[in-house]
Amino acid sequence: MRAYQNLTIKHKQIVWAWAFLAIPVLFYGVIRFYPTGTAFVISFQEWNLLGTRTWAGLENYVRLWNDPVFWKVFQNTFVYLLIGTPVSLVLSFIIAYHLDKLRFMHGFLRMLYFLPFMTSAVAMAWVWRWFYQGVPIGLFNNVLAKFGIAQIEFLNSTTNALPAVLAPAVWAGLGFQIIIFMAGIRAIPTSYYEAAKIDGVGWWTVLTQITLPLLKPTMVFIVVFSSIGFLRIFDHVFNMTTNNPGGPLNSTKPLVLMIYDTAFNGFNMGYAAAQTVVLFTILLVVSLIQLRLLRSE
Amino acid sequence: MIRKIKTLTLAGLASTAVLFSNAAQAVEIEYWQYFFQARVTAMEQIIKNFEADNPGITVKMTHFPYADYRTKVAAAIPAGEGPDVVQLFYGWLNDYKQAKLIQKLPAAEFPTSNIDKEFFPMVQAMKEGDNYWALPTAVRSLALFYNTRLFDAAGVGGPPATLDELVATAKKLTKLDGAGNITQVGITAGMNAQDHHWFREVLVRQMGGEPYLNDYKTVNYNSEAGQKALDFYVGLAKKHKVTAFGFMDEPQAAFKAGRAGMHIDGSFRIGSLNKTRGLKWGVAELPAGPDGTKSNYSSYWVNAITTKAQGEKYDASVKFMKYVTSDASMQIWLDTVGELPAKPSVGLTDENANNAVFGPFIRGLEYANTTKFANESAQRQALMDMVSRMDIEGQSAADAIAAAATEEQKILDDYYK
Repeated sequence: MRAYQNLTIKHKQIVWAWAFLAIPVLFYGVIRFYPTGTAFVISFQEWNLLGTRTWAGLENYVRLWNDPVFWKVFQNTFVYLLIGTPVSLVLSFIIAYHLDKLRFMHGFLRMLYFLPFMTSAVAMAWVWRWFYQGVPIGLFNNVLAKFGIAQIEFLNSTTNALPAVLAPAVWAGLGFQIIIFMAGIRAIPTSYYEAAKIDGVGWWTVLTQITLPLLKPTMVFIVVFSSIGFLRIFDHVFNMTTNNPGGPLNSTKPLVLMIYDTAFNGFNMGYAAAQTVVLFTILLVVSLIQLRLLRSE
Repeated sequence: MIRKIKTLTLAGLASTAVLFSNAAQAVEIEYWQYFFQARVTAMEQIIKNFEADNPGITVKMTHFPYADYRTKVAAAIPAGEGPDVVQLFYGWLNDYKQAKLIQKLPAAEFPTSNIDKEFFPMVQAMKEGDNYWALPTAVRSLALFYNTRLFDAAGVGGPPATLDELVATAKKLTKLDGAGNITQVGITAGMNAQDHHWFREVLVRQMGGEPYLNDYKTVNYNSEAGQKALDFYVGLAKKHKVTAFGFMDEPQAAFKAGRAGMHIDGSFRIGSLNKTRGLKWGVAELPAGPDGTKSNYSSYWVNAITTKAQGEKYDASVKFMKYVTSDASMQIWLDTVGELPAKPSVGLTDENANNAVFGPFIRGLEYANTTKFANESAQRQALMDMVSRMDIEGQSAADAIAAAATEEQKILDDYYK
């Protein structure tokens, strides 16, 4: 007590700040960092949830390196990222850009775009899964059949399945990105646009010289945010392919689904933890690269 | 006088003894299973009967969601908490055994010679040397469900008895639209459902093969018989065009919706089909193979005594295990849950074996096999991929089955290493 009384006001403030911070720090330590650390340890062990853990050295990582399914899954994960992120970035910008100019029913339209973001991914995935079915129940194929066009195998195909699964995931994320983009657009001072108007500059120049450069921080945020989302994609894939999780022939399987399958169907915790460590590393590296690339000079 | 005192002392001693023995008998054991309403109801009934027969033993049942099962059991038993008697899927037995979570059933109370005689043969998968590790109350098997309305409409007299008849019947039941798309399948198909069991334990054997060797540690279906079985199975869709993989998303959904003439499924489907309005269906034994071979696949949940049960709790657990695997319990389980009795003495009573719904399943138990899975979902995936390779990528049966056998052998090798 005496020690506390001897502190200066500044130090007392620091003590109090730490006192309040202790709760979230403790929370993060126990809920986040402790399990993360344990996952790293388990990745060097063998454990089936029931018995004792035994040390396995680098065995899990060696196995991962030699596992053809892992490389397929690794590739899928990046396909999700490399298609999903640019497509959703471009789409959400175009929508936000035009929505910003629109006054008529602006709020209603914005709500419509935002709605999928608030919907449960599971429910959405199941509805889309039904859309994609073949005749006689699938919505899209029934329409095609009505016009005498051959059916398209959306999900039961090694080439079409991944884009088919990705589409609702992109759609679901759009609402959030549109809102962020609109906030970014609104934050650009109008004086720039007025100056451009006085100079008689065309809309293209305004877009490329004023709007886009000034939206860079917004875009960095969205790219990083959605990249992490696509790298961690799971619920859409899992729910749309429960009959053949990540299939057919692993063509839609992302890393997270492989982790889930290894851990809770195979009960191979060590191997699953090794995959988790790899996913963690990928997320870290991708995020760092993006931050570096997109940071303003 | 002395006599009186003697009598009194004796009486006193006797009553103390009774008191003490009562105290000693007041044992509570714990029973764990996963939550499924009918299973819980059945077990409550069994516990009630057991407690009435065994005053002094009480059984406390705990149940929780299926998803938490393994983690909870694994955490509880080493800590000296949790169940004395536990229900687990037969495929997990090996893991539980190796983790020392369960102990062998005593040979004196559960002699292998009697059990071999009294239970359906596939239960022997639980045997090791002179002991059984666990025993089921009820078992499940496969049968052919058929839609009687569609059969009548197509003028088909009855369910097929052989694979050739199956194809012929399915052809009559298949309907196409103008563009040639299937709108009603003759028989459902999908390795994701029960068909992988049908393939492994039934079709491969019927074509003259032996799906596994070395106590299910070596894959053996990469043979001529296996190829024939696969050709037959994929041929239903590709050659005879009486089915489509993934038709209406799930086989059982197509059957429930009345869009499938026939459907192979387990006895656990009976309950949900009963609840489907407007569906009229019948059950038949699985069709026999070209040379008349009959086979079936059976799976089950077993009860085992955990390593936590010691001393008087162990004795009480043994008694409880005896009752849980008794004829009376099996009948309760059949009536409440709809799962089949594990003993012919209960299953093959005239009433049960000739039951229009349960009969075909129970008769199937006599020649059923049980696959010892190392990782059921991964092994199922190997067979799903096998069919996808033929269906989507157009591989030959020989290549597809070779790839599946390699994949599955790897899973087994990793597990048994």
